[in-house]
Amino acid sequence: MGVDKTLDKNIILSKLDRALGWARKYSIFQYPFVTACCGMEYMSVACSHFDIDRFGAGFPRFSPRQADLLMVVGTISHKIAPILRTVYEQMCEPKWVIAFGVCTCTGGFYNNYATVQGIDTIIPVDVYIPGCPPRPETVLDGLIKLQEKIQNQKQEI
Amino acid sequence: MKEEGSVFEKIKEKFPEGFISRHSFRGDDTIIIHREYLYRIAEYLKESEEFRFNILMDLTAVDYLGRGYRFEVVYHLYSMDFNRRVRLKVPLLEREAVVDSLVPLWSCANWYEREVWDMFGIRFNGHPHLKRILLYEEFEGHPLRKDYPIDKRQPLIGPGSKEDRNRK
Repeated sequence: MGVDKTLDKNIILSKLDRALGWARKYSIFQYPFVTACCGMEYMSVACSHFDIDRFGAGFPRFSPRQADLLMVVGTISHKIAPILRTVYEQMCEPKWVIAFGVCTCTGGFYNNYATVQGIDTIIPVDVYIPGCPPRPETVLDGLIKLQEKIQNQKQEI
Repeated sequence: MKEEGSVFEKIKEKFPEGFISRHSFRGDDTIIIHREYLYRIAEYLKESEEFRFNILMDLTAVDYLGRGYRFEVVYHLYSMDFNRRVRLKVPLLEREAVVDSLVPLWSCANWYEREVWDMFGIRFNGHPHLKRILLYEEFEGHPLRKDYPIDKRQPLIGPGSKEDRNRK
């Protein structure tokens, strides 16, 4: 008991998994894969009005090799699908994917010859943010859900 | 109002064999012409001092499935000098879905014609580079034709694609 009391003020005890999760969830480098109108909402989230930087994901990288989070923002057509998969494959582990907007979740109202019916048919998705387009608050809510997921998952080192 | 009618009269007078019919719904002048005369009529409308339709505003096509002349290629011309518009329509049979390219007259026709080829499968004689512009080369058929199956999908990767079928 006595030892615990002294340690309390000087040392934080944690599991490595939790510490890494804490570090990772607040240092998200995102890669915005923006193809359509949802991009306007992405800009709104990223800039000062809603300021995604408050949640530790304010740093867009335009190289997939430097990014942790792939934000797929906007309609994905069959023509661009192979490029999206290549971008995903170029990202280093650990990596996460957000489907931003209803087009990326399910194809939305584009049930036609041109559009991929949900990006989860080509790459794995961690968080789905529906809406056409989603409100910035919804996006931030999705980001916080992703952070919970990152915090609680097993951390590969 | 004589002014408005003059483009019809001139075309009828200059190209009597090329002229099929005309109408002017709510002031939108439309001339329907034979495809063999398209290039000559377009050139005349562009070059003549009287009209100077120097801008090709739009070029598209319509599929009237079930009609004898199944396709119609539609041209919208605009004259900067006179602030006038005219629409040309060229009916086409399905087995002869080909029309002269207007790229030598308006170079903007290049991408429009590629789009019409991509979506409707109408070919353009004399086009410098007639290949798909919006869809991918692996795509089969022309999706804006009315007989393209509405639920037909041709994904490059993922479920239903070639690599997916080969794996199974």
